[in-house]
Amino acid sequence: MITEQRSKYLSDSVQSIQPSGIRRFFDLASSMENVISLGVGEPDFVTPWNVIEASYHSLEQGYTAYTANAGLLELRKEISRYMRRRFGVTYSAENEMVVTVGASQAIDIALRAVVNPGEEVIVVEPSFVSYAPTVTLAGGVPVQVQTYSENDFKLQPEHIEEAVTEKTKAILLCSPNNPTGTVLSKTDLQKIAEVVEKHDLLVISDEIYAELTYDEPYTSFPSVGKMKERTILISGFSKAFAMTGWRLGFACGPKDVLQAMLKIHQYTMMCAPTMAQHAALDALVNGQKDVIRMKESYRQRRSLVTHALEEMGLSCHTPGGAFYVFPSIKNTGLSSEEFAEQLLMKEQVAVVPGSVFGESGEGHIRCSYATSIAKLEEAMKRIKRFIENRETA
Amino acid sequence: MDSKERELLQLIEKNGRLENSTIARLMGISEDETEQMIEKLEKEKVILGYSAIINWTKGTDEGAVTAMIDVKVTPKRGVGFDKVAERIYRFPEVKAVYLMSGVYDLSVSIEGKNMAEVGRFVSEKLSTIDSVISTTTHFILKKYKHDGLVFSENEEDKRIVVSP
Ligand SMILES: Cc1ncc(COP(=O)(O)O)c(C=O)c1O
Repeated sequence: MITEQRSKYLSDSVQSIQPSGIRRFFDLASSMENVISLGVGEPDFVTPWNVIEASYHSLEQGYTAYTANAGLLELRKEISRYMRRRFGVTYSAENEMVVTVGASQAIDIALRAVVNPGEEVIVVEPSFVSYAPTVTLAGGVPVQVQTYSENDFKLQPEHIEEAVTEKTKAILLCSPNNPTGTVLSKTDLQKIAEVVEKHDLLVISDEIYAELTYDEPYTSFPSVGKMKERTILISGFSKAFAMTGWRLGFACGPKDVLQAMLKIHQYTMMCAPTMAQHAALDALVNGQKDVIRMKESYRQRRSLVTHALEEMGLSCHTPGGAFYVFPSIKNTGLSSEEFAEQLLMKEQVAVVPGSVFGESGEGHIRCSYATSIAKLEEAMKRIKRFIENRETA
Repeated sequence: MDSKERELLQLIEKNGRLENSTIARLMGISEDETEQMIEKLEKEKVILGYSAIINWTKGTDEGAVTAMIDVKVTPKRGVGFDKVAERIYRFPEVKAVYLMSGVYDLSVSIEGKNMAEVGRFVSEKLSTIDSVISTTTHFILKKYKHDGLVFSENEEDKRIVVSP
């Protein structure tokens, strides 16, 4: 394990959070050769050329200065149009939106804007690894609620009820989910909305994978009932537009909350990178065909990988979105850490142990299928061999 | 053509060597269905053939030269563009022939061992065809991209091996 560093200079909150379990696998996998990685949480596409070109052009034109704190107005207007067109939610570009340094920063300033010291924020596990630490750093207390493979990792409203206390301020939702790929349907969201309303909670809805859903039309949480007035919607360009390295995301929500977030953003970030904002503008205006092309390719690879895993006896629900499958490895008798580590050592395939995403991730591994068909097929062969060799050993 | 057929064609257009079993899994259909679909498309001549895209300049010095030739023709009564095109595309050294809009009529792509060989073909075979009025020959100096494939790209995965 990573040794904790204690120092009299460090704050209690930073010392109370652990380095991500992903880090250890990164170090391990990086030290090896011929590794096929299914551990990558980002698209395998390079950013579409027209987007890169738009950014070049902006640099040539000399757009190298700060933008407005909330982001280029032109970009915010385009985000507003895009969110209405794609997801049926309407936000004012003037005062209900801020352009951020990735969805990551949007989550950070959302939490810092709403959490008082000691207030609780519900984190639905298995979850993206940043949520709980970001709650802690904002002075809040993360309260984990588990989801289970029996329910295809869908959040059960009664489990929210059980976790709610008088200190509960907000709940962090993520659909499609990283690492499970689970998508919450309109009906699921309506049931969650009832509980949210009953307990007067705020919802931070991370919808960064919203474009990447394969089976049903996507429902954005703020479009459900009266949820818009109590939802901070988080999204960004990293996943759908293959722009992880550009570091660009955004948050939309009620004016008072967004203005508070903007205040933090203004003092701690000034603005998101200007050249990335120009790129994002082009992505929204001209990029939908690229999104569709990439999504189609993920859909095919999802089919390839779920079939292959089923055939080797690793059961997994067919994930409705994102680019992850989260199969159960329980019948191997190994913990998810052991499975991932042995698979890496014996067959040079990197996956992420489910346990790093929370308690209920144990017994599962996250495989990203955002990797070439040839590599996926080779990885599936190796995983199959790994399992067969264990059975005969 | 239905959407499944289109999807299959797009897959094999990008990689003609995909196994039927892979195609089946990617599309979520059975291998039998895949095989039948391919057979049907071959019979209907939607799929005309399979070929590899080769960078001949690599690992061999018998570098072939390719020329693109703009050809102006006078179509005569009873001998339309199609007939002239056919007289040209029957030559084995002709790799492609297209009817073009604009200042010339046919675009002819020719491959030969060297410039002299291509030159001979143009002066002896092509320009002597009755309906051909003029030819303008352009030699390809370097191929950057062909049929959607970039010739010398650094294609390696630039992502870190494990990330959240
Ligand atoms: C669920 C989820 N939210 C947010 C992020 C962060 O995205 P960004 O690159 O926009 O900061 C990720 C990235 O892996 C993610 O999976």
